[in-house]
Amino acid sequence: MKLLIANGHLIDPNEGQNSGKNLLIEDGIVKAWLGANESAPEDAEVFDASGMIVAPGFIDLHVHLREPGQEHKETIATGAAAAVAGGWTSVCPMPNTNPVNDSAAITRYMIEQAERAGFANVFPVGAITKESSGTELAEMGEMKAAGAVAVSDDGRPVPNAGMMRRAMEYAKDFDLPVVDHCEDKSLSSGGVMHEGKISLLLGLRGMPALAEDLDAVRDIYLAKETGAHIHIAHISTKGALEAVRRAKAEGINVTCEVTPHHFTLTDKAVEGYDTNTKMSPPLRSAEHLKAILEGLKDGTIDAIATDHAPHHADEKALEYDRAPMGITGLETAVGLAFNELVHKGIIDLVQLVKLCSSNPAKIFNIPNRGTLKVGSVADITILDPDLVWTYRNADSRSKSKNSPFDNWQFTGGAVATIVGGKIVYKK
Amino acid sequence: MNKPFRRRDLLGIRNLSADEIVGILNTAENFREINSREIKKVPTLRGKTVINLFFENSTRTRTSFELAAKRLSADAVNISVSSSSVTKGETLVDTALNLDAMQPDCIVVRHSSAGVPHQLAKVSKAAIVNAGDGANEHPTQALLDAMTIREHKGTIAGLEVAIVGDILHSRVARSNIHLLTKLGAKVRVAGPKTLVPSDFAHLVEDNLQVCEHIEDAIEKADVVMILRIQKERMDSAYFPTLREYSIHYGLTNERLELAKKDAIVLHPGPMNRGIEISSDVADSSRSLILDQVKYGVAVRMAVLYLATGGTAN
Repeated sequence: MKLLIANGHLIDPNEGQNSGKNLLIEDGIVKAWLGANESAPEDAEVFDASGMIVAPGFIDLHVHLREPGQEHKETIATGAAAAVAGGWTSVCPMPNTNPVNDSAAITRYMIEQAERAGFANVFPVGAITKESSGTELAEMGEMKAAGAVAVSDDGRPVPNAGMMRRAMEYAKDFDLPVVDHCEDKSLSSGGVMHEGKISLLLGLRGMPALAEDLDAVRDIYLAKETGAHIHIAHISTKGALEAVRRAKAEGINVTCEVTPHHFTLTDKAVEGYDTNTKMSPPLRSAEHLKAILEGLKDGTIDAIATDHAPHHADEKALEYDRAPMGITGLETAVGLAFNELVHKGIIDLVQLVKLCSSNPAKIFNIPNRGTLKVGSVADITILDPDLVWTYRNADSRSKSKNSPFDNWQFTGGAVATIVGGKIVYKK
Repeated sequence: MNKPFRRRDLLGIRNLSADEIVGILNTAENFREINSREIKKVPTLRGKTVINLFFENSTRTRTSFELAAKRLSADAVNISVSSSSVTKGETLVDTALNLDAMQPDCIVVRHSSAGVPHQLAKVSKAAIVNAGDGANEHPTQALLDAMTIREHKGTIAGLEVAIVGDILHSRVARSNIHLLTKLGAKVRVAGPKTLVPSDFAHLVEDNLQVCEHIEDAIEKADVVMILRIQKERMDSAYFPTLREYSIHYGLTNERLELAKKDAIVLHPGPMNRGIEISSDVADSSRSLILDQVKYGVAVRMAVLYLATGGTAN
């Protein structure tokens, strides 16, 4: 089976590529890069990418697919369908399923479910500790053998520094990055939004930026000590970002990701008490948003990840302080990146591809992806920077509709998604 | 959702203009007299239905709203829900839609979670009146406090008002800060640092100051407003003991001496005598706590009247 992606503008940061090139795909693998005058095999199906950007497939390092255990919110099939509709060819589900993904069996089950669904690749993140309870290490080696690409206790961050040190030492043995949701819950527990002027104004309990800063600093010191690779998830504070910047300068093995909602919205969005503005870490104040944009600009932030967290409408239709944390994000991420970053001149298209594809593949050591060099897997995201479109929750492919970006208009988005040489989504 | 044009919510003081606040106060003045008649009833809201939906216990506020509705001849129904709708398996929105289907004109809601009246207002056709939501606002309390202050001081503009105690968790403090500063008073807040975050100074643009010591707040004040302290705060380590709280932050006659000679004392009730306020102060002629309760009925009559379509004076 041959596919020619013709007339597109190919961006592959790993290869220093940023110009027009035709791409020949054969049997799910990138076969050749062809110049405009080079002829392609007659029997190749042609995808006309005139005016479009052809990029290595986008990899979302942070999603919640809810399967097994909470299939009323999302399944691997619906989550993967939403992923490709948003331009993501691979997603990395967090282990907070029920049961928790703390074993090879569950890791394998997730991958098999994704293969059955046939949309996006699923690279699971296993738990650091059994049941993410923070007390006993999970079988990281076994999970890695089954296909896990990283370990994390995500929303239940390991509270005990001694345990986190052991976890880092052990994860390093298997070259597994430790994904770190930085939150010192002794400072933030009971909080439902960013602590600051707006939380005081709304009478809602705050989660101070300090809770993220302190945990980030603790784990950066532990990473320095152990030599493990820590990847700070959904970074949202100025302090944590400064800590990462200093750590990188010092040569500590730390990377970080940011979510589209944290580079777009501030805590002002909480006014009106819409529970689709509630997530952890919370939407921060303008000061933090400014620091995030600087971090994207200067490369301190390595990746854009959605933290796609579907919740059923009935669960979100509660009092603000009782509703669960999290919003969906797979289908709005690329639109938000265009609106808020590319078109505002914060990053260029090459940086966008780095943040969404080349860097994520490196961070989680996913081979043959994040690039389109000859011989790599033909996972491709095709972008139209000028496409004007509107996101509607009602049209979402996710099982849940808890996005604050309902009816937002975007300029720029993913128009086709190719996974393993197969066109799995076309706008 | 578009609401019928007559419908008006009272979700908080924050989004009201000074003129709107004065309009409500003036309307309340007109209703005051009804409460001292022998027959305390007028037909103003005959045929209107008011539901008092209380998710949180309250004797005083619920009774006050109920009397206000009845004295205006509205049909009032009280619904007390001991816990959140969640425990019944019903969402907050379900609860609102079910009540709304019975076509009340006004739903008065109190809830321990901030923002519930705002959430209900989005789905309900009835006017929503906030009777206290979590630590957010308690607009009718601030209105009755303002009425009490106006009665005794003539005006609010230019007054110096001290608010002392647990500002962090107080909806009464928030509504009062908004109301008093909008009407031109200077507000000073004070209490233990754990309960008075310094960010509070930015709550409103002008006329608000966070004081280091309660004495600084009380000094030369025209009005001293004392907030109720809740024992649960002690268990969450906001302060060590009620004894220490009363010694360092309680309003005693000595501390009240720092205020202007004709200063008045307000408390939203229920009081913890001997803790945030000494009995001497509570029972003195400067304490207007019972006036506050009395004016509460008139203020709530005005609010129900305006929410259901009446015009402000």
